[in-house]
Amino acid sequence: MDMKANKKKLGLKEKYAHMTRGLDWETTYQPMDKVFPQATFEGIKIHDWEKWEDPFRLTMDAYWKYQAEKERKLYAVLDAFAQNNGHLGITDARYLNAVKLFLTGISPLEYVAHRGFAAAGRNFPGVGPRVACLMQSIDEIRHAQTQIHALSNYNKFYEGFHAGAAHQIERIWYLSVPKSFFDDAFSAGPFEWMIAIGFSFEYVLTNLLFVPFMSGAAYNGDMATVTFGFSAQSDEARHMTLGLECIKFMLEQDPDNLPIVQKWIDKWAWRGIRVLTLVGMMMDYMLPKRVMSWKEAWEIYFEQNGGALFNDLAKYGIKVPDCITQCTVDKEHISHQAWCTFYQYAHASAFHTWLPNAEEMDWLSAKYPNTFDKYYRPRYEQWREMADKGERFYNNTLPMLCQVCQIPMVFTEPDDPTKICYRESDYQGEKYHTCSDGCKHIFDDEPEKYIQAWLPVHQIYMGNCWPEGTDPTAEGFDPMAKVLEWYHIENGKDNLDYEGSGDQANFAAWRGAATQNT
Amino acid sequence: MSTVFIAFQTNEDTRPIVESILADNPHAVLDEQPAMVKINAEGQLVIKRESIEERIGRSFDLQELQINLITLSGNIDEDDDQFTLAWKN
Repeated sequence: MDMKANKKKLGLKEKYAHMTRGLDWETTYQPMDKVFPQATFEGIKIHDWEKWEDPFRLTMDAYWKYQAEKERKLYAVLDAFAQNNGHLGITDARYLNAVKLFLTGISPLEYVAHRGFAAAGRNFPGVGPRVACLMQSIDEIRHAQTQIHALSNYNKFYEGFHAGAAHQIERIWYLSVPKSFFDDAFSAGPFEWMIAIGFSFEYVLTNLLFVPFMSGAAYNGDMATVTFGFSAQSDEARHMTLGLECIKFMLEQDPDNLPIVQKWIDKWAWRGIRVLTLVGMMMDYMLPKRVMSWKEAWEIYFEQNGGALFNDLAKYGIKVPDCITQCTVDKEHISHQAWCTFYQYAHASAFHTWLPNAEEMDWLSAKYPNTFDKYYRPRYEQWREMADKGERFYNNTLPMLCQVCQIPMVFTEPDDPTKICYRESDYQGEKYHTCSDGCKHIFDDEPEKYIQAWLPVHQIYMGNCWPEGTDPTAEGFDPMAKVLEWYHIENGKDNLDYEGSGDQANFAAWRGAATQNT
Repeated sequence: MSTVFIAFQTNEDTRPIVESILADNPHAVLDEQPAMVKINAEGQLVIKRESIEERIGRSFDLQELQINLITLSGNIDEDDDQFTLAWKN
């Protein structure tokens, strides 16, 4: 019968030691600090790179083996989904608007993360983190590719997928929010990048992005999205571990690193939380069948899990970021404030919006007993009344944007949900506006960086967001139409209300055809 | 005491893994969600290679966990025989 296989040649720890150490060398004809020019300017002091240990102890051979298996599983599902008209099995084509937002807003970030980790791996003098960054860099490009492949199937049938992950991220007003987050991180040094993405984004925040939302995709019958989501997420567990390891490593190497690390944690926690506003809105408004509210997800994954993490880091002297007080207030508001904004600007968005129906509003009232009925239901009822009279409300004025997070000034004062919150800073004779104490604090710390922000609204007013050759002095010039053209948003197809859209009509017709012979 | 957790895709590969974890960690709590199974535990959670092997009837490399892993929380300590998640506070 079966031959008993010999005991493994090397244990996990030995194998990890052999395959992640001694792979580098001391340079001879160039000094090491010229080969690694970014290793010191941020002020982080590292004395012994050998102390770096990847808790998963993943080596390159095992990495390829397991990643290949994940890919096979994923593509088998994608084939089955496409072959069996899986798109007709989703709850409601409204759901696909969340997927459009994901493809245009999140998938491009995966690609930038790929580049950023390749750069971080290049810039760290220690071989342990370089191996880990290399694997993460490959993971991230895999995520971008698998997301684009998985969602390309929808592009055969539905509006708004045609521009994909590349074109619109550079242009559309709300996509500048996630884009600026990664631009900010990538233009920092390698250690700050690791806190921004490895720690804040991966450890503290991706659970909120991927876990409840992907579980929601499954709940809504979107087998393609849930499969790439969970396939990506299986890598995220490793990324989170890398982020946590990196932060502990910095704190253990030198006590002088503490204030720098604390500053970055404060900054990137707030930056990330602002970006997640979009996710909050997706969970509360864009999933026809909902798994949990944004507030509930926030409590589980941020308050409980983040709380456990900060308790653990307290022994190094790390404090919970100051912004938490505001977040506790905000968790009951931001998803509503974001959806109200997109409803008003549905003409300038690459996806459809709608008013929540009566049943959905009751769900929101139950999940948000302190805020929904008081502040948001009346607004939706008013808009419903206007729409029914044929006066659907569109906001045709472009909003002021926060100089840091680039979100329109739609958030309210922490102590007054009826008053828009904004803060002002002076720098070199100019005024700059931010949406919150958190963003103002970030601006004031590095104004020379944030004054360079590419703010979509400013750019539109400066005339930089029209197709080449546009003549704004021509008779009947319509600036908004030209902006949409430049965005590659097809007016009347990709934007406006879901009610009356091509997606709605097609989905109903095709689903009907799928169950009948006529 | 803080809570650690680990979540897997719901499928036939993970069913015996989840069973092993629940058997080895009596304080762990199962949380089943659409397409996902999450296990929460106060303080610490241990995954043992032997317990999984007993259930699946073949040898198992703990790194195979990666294939169906969705997320986790806590400090990791992994060797050939067990995988531990813990908050030491």
